[in-house]
Amino acid sequence: MSAGESHALMLDRGNLKRRNRVNRLVEVFSSIAALLAVAVLVIVVSSVVTKGIGAVSLHFLTTPMGLFGDTSGGISNAIVGTAIIVGIAAAMAIPVGLLVAIYTTEFAPPRIGHAIRFALDLLNGVPTIITGIFVYGLIVESQKHQSGFAGSVALAIIMLPIVARTAQEVLTLVPGTLKEAAHALGIARWRTTVRVTLPTAAGGLLTGALLAVARVAGETAPLILVCSIFGQGVLTEPSQALASIPVFIFQSSESPSPEAHTQAWAAALILIAFVLVLNVVARAFYARSRQRMEG
Amino acid sequence: MEAGALSTPVLRARRNLTDRIGDPLLRGLSGLAAAVAVVLLVAIAYEVVHIAWPAISKFGLGFLTTNDWNPVTERFGAAPFIYGTVVTSAIALLFAAPLSIAISIYLTELAPSRLRRPVATLVDMLAAIPSVILGLWGILVLGPFMHDTIEPALKSAFGFLPIFSGDPSAFGYLTAALILTIMTTPIITSVTREVFETVPGELKEGSYALGSTRWEMVRQVVLPYSRAGIVGAVILGLGRAIGEAIAVAQVIGGASLINASLFHTGSTMAAQIAAQFQGAPGALQQPSLAYLGLILLVFEVIVNVVARLIVQRGGLEDTDVTPTEAGAL
Amino acid sequence: MSQVAKQSEQPLRMDPVSSRQPQPSLREIGNVELRGLHAYYGSNHAVRGVSLGFDSGAVTAIIGPSGCGKSTMVRCINRMHEEILGARAEGEVLLDGIDLYDSRIDVVAVRRSVGMVFQKPNPFPTMSVFDNVTSGLRLTGASRGEMDDRGREALVGAGLWEEVKDRLKGPGTGLSGGQQQRLCIARALAVDPEVLLMDEPCSALDPVATLKIEELIGELKERVTIVIVTHNMQQAARVADTTAFMLNGELVEVGATDKLFTNPDDDRTEQYVTGKFG
Repeated sequence: MSAGESHALMLDRGNLKRRNRVNRLVEVFSSIAALLAVAVLVIVVSSVVTKGIGAVSLHFLTTPMGLFGDTSGGISNAIVGTAIIVGIAAAMAIPVGLLVAIYTTEFAPPRIGHAIRFALDLLNGVPTIITGIFVYGLIVESQKHQSGFAGSVALAIIMLPIVARTAQEVLTLVPGTLKEAAHALGIARWRTTVRVTLPTAAGGLLTGALLAVARVAGETAPLILVCSIFGQGVLTEPSQALASIPVFIFQSSESPSPEAHTQAWAAALILIAFVLVLNVVARAFYARSRQRMEG
Repeated sequence: MEAGALSTPVLRARRNLTDRIGDPLLRGLSGLAAAVAVVLLVAIAYEVVHIAWPAISKFGLGFLTTNDWNPVTERFGAAPFIYGTVVTSAIALLFAAPLSIAISIYLTELAPSRLRRPVATLVDMLAAIPSVILGLWGILVLGPFMHDTIEPALKSAFGFLPIFSGDPSAFGYLTAALILTIMTTPIITSVTREVFETVPGELKEGSYALGSTRWEMVRQVVLPYSRAGIVGAVILGLGRAIGEAIAVAQVIGGASLINASLFHTGSTMAAQIAAQFQGAPGALQQPSLAYLGLILLVFEVIVNVVARLIVQRGGLEDTDVTPTEAGAL
Repeated sequence: MSQVAKQSEQPLRMDPVSSRQPQPSLREIGNVELRGLHAYYGSNHAVRGVSLGFDSGAVTAIIGPSGCGKSTMVRCINRMHEEILGARAEGEVLLDGIDLYDSRIDVVAVRRSVGMVFQKPNPFPTMSVFDNVTSGLRLTGASRGEMDDRGREALVGAGLWEEVKDRLKGPGTGLSGGQQQRLCIARALAVDPEVLLMDEPCSALDPVATLKIEELIGELKERVTIVIVTHNMQQAARVADTTAFMLNGELVEVGATDKLFTNPDDDRTEQYVTGKFG
């Protein structure tokens, strides 16, 4: 041991101690940062669950909202409204987004593909409240009234770049050798796309679509501008303004009444469960699809 | 070659009708969809300017520096909201940027391998929480906590600074900034983590072989290698922060004057639009809000262009610049 | 149509036309002829004026060091070369006297006449074994019965029928590497091409699977003209009737396989086949 202590390995050369301390400090800070992020998630989700679960009941889910200030009702009209608004938005944005992705990955020359990608990134960066102003000017002002359809258009504009960009990512992952094989068999380009490329990428494409739906299901800002003043009862006509879960949460959160807050928590619980489940499912699809493409 | 030469049956074969229609059809349809995406951008800008026009022609560029928002006298200015936007976003990034880098270091260098994916997924999940729910949590949980605990502590320690003066309040710049921190951290993290993962293992080993500690390796190799990506990620986080309307509207309190104290209520451009656009009275209020929207849009375009330039110059063109969605995969 | 064979405008060191005259053709169709073929990737001149014939009923191997343009040359025959961005080809590629680059000819028709098998097996991952084989037929509107017959025929032809007949509905990617490659050969055969291009078809396979493919090549040459690119000289010696040696985008020498390997005319060929470079 006495020989060891004089060995070069055992000597504290230079400032090793200090360096190790700094290293330790950074490691601890990094770990705390990660822990903090997870903790915030846990705190927010558990707040929503503990404060909301008491008010979630069959009655809450199946009864429409009461009149303003009356908190004895439920959110059935908001659930139906959100389903309709988001459904129409998805029906518009998903096919268009997919086509945009097909154009950029299969047809566009690189420069134009680049430009479209940039346009999509800019569109993705447009604050959703601005999208709300746009749709307000485009539809609400000319029709003189709000509507579920206007809400759908706003959400579709928000979804479009998300769907298109994820679809682009996924389509570029499809091995070029497959397209090559199809071309070498004399299969026309559009059939190659429809029968080979899209099925191969299906899992990833579904992921993009689901994530986009999850994202807009909780979107509030544009709906405040174009679809926030709605009538009583469960409405299903998209030409009228429809209730929605996020707008309900927003309006209840602004109310001073504790009962309204409890209702907001309960609606938040429904929304957060939907969004998080959709995220988990989307990831699962993506993992499977990626596995398949990478063989 | 004369026509007769084409008589070999196989080569005479043409595509059937569906294929002759199918190819140009798919090309045309998809090209049209791409054009729609580009046209939308222009249309959005046009419509915002269109609605804002009465305010633009009335107030001109003086709008930017007017510290007033008075529907009664119909005198509107953007200064309080530009101030609120800048202050809340800056504070948010001051917290979010180092936190995101630290989380990314943890996820790529420190965490045991079986923890990496689950923790990364949980951090991504934080980005999936709808902003209206974060706002609700801000009003009912974070706000009271700020009022009762954080702000009194800051006041007693740093009360001599004007930014920490005044009475603690549940709603205000600081609460909004913290909500924005929570919203932007997972977005920045998902990009920085992706960039860190592209750092070649040989470079890291090279640094370790010289006797670096883990932090020294990160400082020597990972951070310089990822610099462009980190800056790009932070700027994208900034884009998200300045554009957030709902959660901020819920917790910032809605005052339309500049106030030095971070405890004080205020508003941002996006939050002001969310709070007042619907049913705004008078001939000038809605146009003025759209004018705010135009300023916000210009901010946002600059942020996106700068982020893209930085990321491209850093040779990271493949790094995704739509981090929330694609990066979350 | 036969007079086209006489007008080789760029006489090479060895005239490819005369080299194939003595060999009697087993079939009437499937003769390929390249005349002054140049291929480019942007400004990179990958194939420099190759004139060469491929005989019906024979196997021709193309050998040469990597980057010599042999794959590019072969990809010009079914016009796959032009799928690459910025790539173009000049010169003539004649199939039974018809220029495949003629503006009246549909590129899709070219690929039905000239099939191709790639380096790595690439069955379509979303399709079953059987759907893979018939994918070329299905997508041009063949009837159900026709597909069943031709699909089975192609699988038998590719020597795969006995191995997969019980799992035709299983995924194509579930087969072993060698089976996948034979599946790809069956897929190419199912559309009944006259020529089959094979671009290093065994480079991703183990020796046993390689042997099976080589045996298959011997059987198939009765049906289709085979052009095989290989970096493996032993393989060329085993399977090819004729071998062509390329270097730096140019055709150096072509001749009967035995002769090319034992007594080549060109010094560079000799150096290459004796392992002096490449």
